[in-house]
Amino acid sequence: MSLFSGGYQARQDRRRYLERTLSIIAAFGLLFWLGINFLKSPSQFFQASLIGLSNGILYALIALGYTLVYGIIELINFAHGDLFMLSAVFSANFITIWFHRDSSSPAAWGLFLMCLLTVMILAATVNVGIERFAYRRLRRAPKLAPLITAVGVSFVLQFIGLRWNGSGPKTWNSVLPSGYFHISTIKIPYTTLLSFVITTPLLILMSWIVTRTRQGKAMRATAQDQDAARLMGINVDRTISFTFALGGALAGAAGLLFQQTRGLTSYNLGYQLGLIAFTSAVMGGIGNLQGAVLGALLIGLIQGLNDGLPIGLGQQWSQTVVFSILILLMAFRPTGLLGKAVTEKV
Amino acid sequence: MSALLEVKDLKVAYGSILAVKGVSLTVNEGEIVTLIGSNGAGKSTTLRTISGLLKPKEGSITFQGESIEGRPGHEIVAKGLCQSPEGRRIFPRMSVRENLDLGAFLRNDKAGIEADRERVLDLFPRLRERYEQKGGTMSGGEQQMLAVARAMMGAPKLLLLDEPSMGLAPVLVDMIFETIIKIREQGITILLIEQNASAALDVADRAYVLESGLIKMSGNASDLAKDEAVTKAYLGG
Ligand SMILES: Nc1ncnc2c1ncn2[C@@H]1O[C@H](COP(=O)(O)OP(=O)(O)O)[C@@H](O)[C@H]1O
Ligand SMILES: [Mg+2]
Repeated sequence: MSLFSGGYQARQDRRRYLERTLSIIAAFGLLFWLGINFLKSPSQFFQASLIGLSNGILYALIALGYTLVYGIIELINFAHGDLFMLSAVFSANFITIWFHRDSSSPAAWGLFLMCLLTVMILAATVNVGIERFAYRRLRRAPKLAPLITAVGVSFVLQFIGLRWNGSGPKTWNSVLPSGYFHISTIKIPYTTLLSFVITTPLLILMSWIVTRTRQGKAMRATAQDQDAARLMGINVDRTISFTFALGGALAGAAGLLFQQTRGLTSYNLGYQLGLIAFTSAVMGGIGNLQGAVLGALLIGLIQGLNDGLPIGLGQQWSQTVVFSILILLMAFRPTGLLGKAVTEKV
Repeated sequence: MSALLEVKDLKVAYGSILAVKGVSLTVNEGEIVTLIGSNGAGKSTTLRTISGLLKPKEGSITFQGESIEGRPGHEIVAKGLCQSPEGRRIFPRMSVRENLDLGAFLRNDKAGIEADRERVLDLFPRLRERYEQKGGTMSGGEQQMLAVARAMMGAPKLLLLDEPSMGLAPVLVDMIFETIIKIREQGITILLIEQNASAALDVADRAYVLESGLIKMSGNASDLAKDEAVTKAYLGG
């Protein structure tokens, strides 16, 4: 018996030792790669980081919708990426087709803000509707049932996008100021700056709602124990609706931002960016809000550096790099970067 | 004495299986009433239905003269019916303070809330020591204290306690029952569910015996404690 457990202990030690050695080698490799790139061209290094982070902050907006919903009802809302896609298509139509704006001007910036408000409200409403009619009745059903329903809703939204936007991608002119400004030798597009300017307050507002308001308290309680939350006098249905509204509003903002900074819409955007955003949420620890933002910024940064550095694998390897890192991370930290397994005593 | 809570012919089903088959009971203002019965008798189901977590199949529930059956849980709490549920169900990732805050979720009277916070912390000094500790990391006994304290933060007119002594060490069981008496002294009416029948009959004024979803006996707690059938079935005599 003691011999056996001794063997087990030894094997555990060896495993831990191997893990540590591997991660140290990986960390050094990474630092080395970043270091030589930095030395070779510091301005390109900062440029690539900036582009990466500005993509990342967009992923963060979408990732939060996944993580909010997962956090409260443990559902992976496959339709969330498609809500983002429809928001992008809506924004393009709103600005370019309905209001005939396709170049930058103060009036067009006003329209942009109006569109931001409209698309956030609309996407929030649609998301609340989806929960109300597709997921709510399945709340006490086995976990697989709402999951399959979510896949179904995703297809429905994609079909709407397909009819609305056509089968191929469409390109649009932006109403945001084009061009660059310089900080020493680093070239910063105005759209990149705007991504940060628009997204940061949304993220701060969001975190304020969840941590400081009564609604946020209700959300956290509902996430931990629905029946106990009811016994506190919390309206659980309304709290869940509110959560879907928050996630939807952020996806709406992301849709507009994506459409205006990339000038592109396509019915399968939800799949492309949704997958990355969902990965961000998992990487950060699904259900954890800061984790989703951290994961999204990291993935954006990794992509940006890999695509933009003089010595790198290049764009066609971008996804492979991201998912390799995800797989590695999951092997060592199955709960994600900030996800914690709580010990609950019975 | 007027009836605070009146349950009549309550029937509750899980799917097609009837778990509560016709329960009638009354709780008068100022009383401690206990509902005893063995595991699976339907005690928790009855309590969950009173709190609005389950919808009854038939029957009526009246609280302060107002019919409340089938109403959503959050509306029932607002009327002053607070429950400490079976298995404690405290919020594990929240501190003692946050759990107590949630108990007062529907209240706006800041001064009243603070007074009640002091009151429950005096009742359970242990919780004061653990004030910033996460609920999930506390011992079973501490969690049970927190569950009762949290329910009291709702300023209940009627406090529903579902097996507060379950799984606790004997010292703590005594302490919980002593606290129940103290709570009643503060003017709160209590409906207590217990498997620990002897202790429950000790503190209660009146009692109901539940068996397979039906009330088998009821009366003064002290009379039931002497009853031969009760003694045999529930008091190990
Ligand atoms: N969620 C549930 N689904 C199906 N049956 C249940 C559920 N909860 C309890 N029951 C059944 O209802 C009956 C009464 O349970 P319960 O009210 O928990 O009893 P008690 O609290 O007296 O131990 C038991 O037969 C139990 O198996
Ligand atoms: Mg029970």
